[in-house]
Amino acid sequence: MATKTEFNNPVIRWVDERLPVFTYLDHEYNQFPMPKNLNYWWNFGALASVALVVMILTGIMLAMQYTAHVDLAFESVERIMRDVNYGWLLRYIHMNGASMFFIVVYIHLFRGLYYGSYKAPRELLWMLGVVIILLMMATAFMGYVLPWGQMSFWGATVITNLFSAIPIVGDWIVTWLWGGFSVDNPTLNRFYALHYLMPFVLFAVVGLHVVALHVNGSTNPTGVEVQSPRDTVSFHPYFTAKDSVGLVAFLFVFAAFVFFAPNFFGEPDNYIKANPLQTPPHIVPEWYFLPFYAILRAVPDNFIGAWMGFTLISAKLAGVIAMFGSIAVLFLLPWLDTSKVRSARFRPWYKWFFWLFLLDCLLLGYIGSQPAEGIFIWIGRGATAWYFAHFLVFFPLLGWFETPKPLPTSISEPVLKEDS
Amino acid sequence: MADEVQTPESDDEGARRREFLYLATLGVGAVGAAAFAWPIIDSMNPAADVLALSSVEVDLGPIQVGQSITVKWRGRPVFIRRRTPDEIKAARVAELAELIDPQPDEERVQQPEWLILVGVCTHLGCIPLGQKSGEPRGDYGGWFCPCHGSHYDTSGRIRFGPAPKNLEVPGYTFLDDSTVRIG
Ligand code: HEM
Ligand code: FES
Repeated sequence: MATKTEFNNPVIRWVDERLPVFTYLDHEYNQFPMPKNLNYWWNFGALASVALVVMILTGIMLAMQYTAHVDLAFESVERIMRDVNYGWLLRYIHMNGASMFFIVVYIHLFRGLYYGSYKAPRELLWMLGVVIILLMMATAFMGYVLPWGQMSFWGATVITNLFSAIPIVGDWIVTWLWGGFSVDNPTLNRFYALHYLMPFVLFAVVGLHVVALHVNGSTNPTGVEVQSPRDTVSFHPYFTAKDSVGLVAFLFVFAAFVFFAPNFFGEPDNYIKANPLQTPPHIVPEWYFLPFYAILRAVPDNFIGAWMGFTLISAKLAGVIAMFGSIAVLFLLPWLDTSKVRSARFRPWYKWFFWLFLLDCLLLGYIGSQPAEGIFIWIGRGATAWYFAHFLVFFPLLGWFETPKPLPTSISEPVLKEDS
Repeated sequence: MADEVQTPESDDEGARRREFLYLATLGVGAVGAAAFAWPIIDSMNPAADVLALSSVEVDLGPIQVGQSITVKWRGRPVFIRRRTPDEIKAARVAELAELIDPQPDEERVQQPEWLILVGVCTHLGCIPLGQKSGEPRGDYGGWFCPCHGSHYDTSGRIRFGPAPKNLEVPGYTFLDDSTVRIG
């Protein structure tokens, strides 16, 4: 792959001989061989990159107007909305952009689950993806604190308090995170600094994700590796074009929210300035955290105690472990899935479990949005149990018991067969 | 030149010296990095001015029996409730063995009538309801945290729900019969 591309333009050639960026771009985004049978689910990685760039751009513009101080933050955001030229647009793009970013990345992740993209040799690629999700969560969480509304404040309070579940050093860690005895000005300031920093860390990890991707290239709906140049087409113009179609559709949806329902994903309570002495009656996180929030609340009080005969860890700690565990299992997935077959197309049972898992996540999301009482508690527990069983029980067992359908010998084979 | 050829022994010696220098450099470097890490970590801890704002004086005079007030201390609410005899009795008859975080009421108050607590749920930090009349006080007549449903009794002890500990009792001193200093 180290062969240099010959450029006609003398300036480009001069630069490329000294710093081969153009050769790199040509290899990775022009000539790069892509499986020719990719469907539209393969658009979402590109869409996520666009979303990240949009967030960074609008974020920098907002930062020029925003004031990170408990007395001024809420007012400065209102000023952005009312007085700053196109401030409302920047903020609505940034606000809805966070939701769009998560939708796109979640779809991207479920694409990976369906088509088995996490399997060897793409385990690290997958794990970098999970790191990206974690960084996004941290970034979005801290960003949501910045407008200093009621949900900002109480969301921050509840989430930072999670760390107090850690034995012995928990309380010390929480005080350290806050820089005080409650979420207050020092907390807001450091969250702002980190909210500015983390997207750039994210950008770097996305870079690694793409480098890892380009070692083995994309998988494809059949899950059969590329075998010959007959199975591929070049990235440009085929996938630049296909990605553009998806991008336009994505921007339509994005714009529809920004212009016609800008507060659809938001909580009205966040337009009330933070009040440390009054908890809103019903604290809900942003929608993209809801399934995890449901898992956090699902662990029964004395589950661990009743189970082991004595209390080793409190329900609070158990909930926190379950919540982080729900992401940790994603890291282990490449080794939990024992099936040799990648794509769910050829896995008659896994296919069903995939859809059930998707429903389970949606159900958890719904439960996360409801108060933790009555029937919701029980549904939440069942859905949490299913979530973990999916990874820890179903994935390993399916590989053993399922008989996959016969795989095509190559990507081109089914197409050629249809032709004849 | 032949006498300059290194014997295996002298080679070994050199390797051991290099290894030692390598480890020593690494060790000093690690100590230096750790020494530098601490100021960075500690800079995020509460600053002197934050620590300085650490006490408030409250006039208890206007509070009637059965009433509660909330004052702000270190950015957090402190609940002061002037308990009724019934509430005190309820707090004292509770079986310690039944409690999630067993502690007798006597240890949680200086004067039985005055219950003073940090009004922050020990689960995830919401402010429990029950200070104002009309707010739910939970199944044990104390406070109810709406966030995830923790019930506290008339001594501020956790009785039901996900919170692991009783509401914290802050340090306080009665300056005279009707003034208390918190912190
Ligand atoms: C991964 C990319 C990012 C995500 C997911 C993200 C997420 C968020 C979220 C959810 C909010 C709260 C929106 C609201 O309710 O008002 C927010 C606010 C904010 N963000 Fe970001 N952000 C990102 C990148 C950035 C960057 C790179 C900057 C600055 C360079 C930035 C600066 C700001 C500022 C100043 C606010 C407060 C103004 C406001 O609330 O609208 N963000 N961010
Ligand atoms: S914060 Fe009070 S019950 Fe969770």
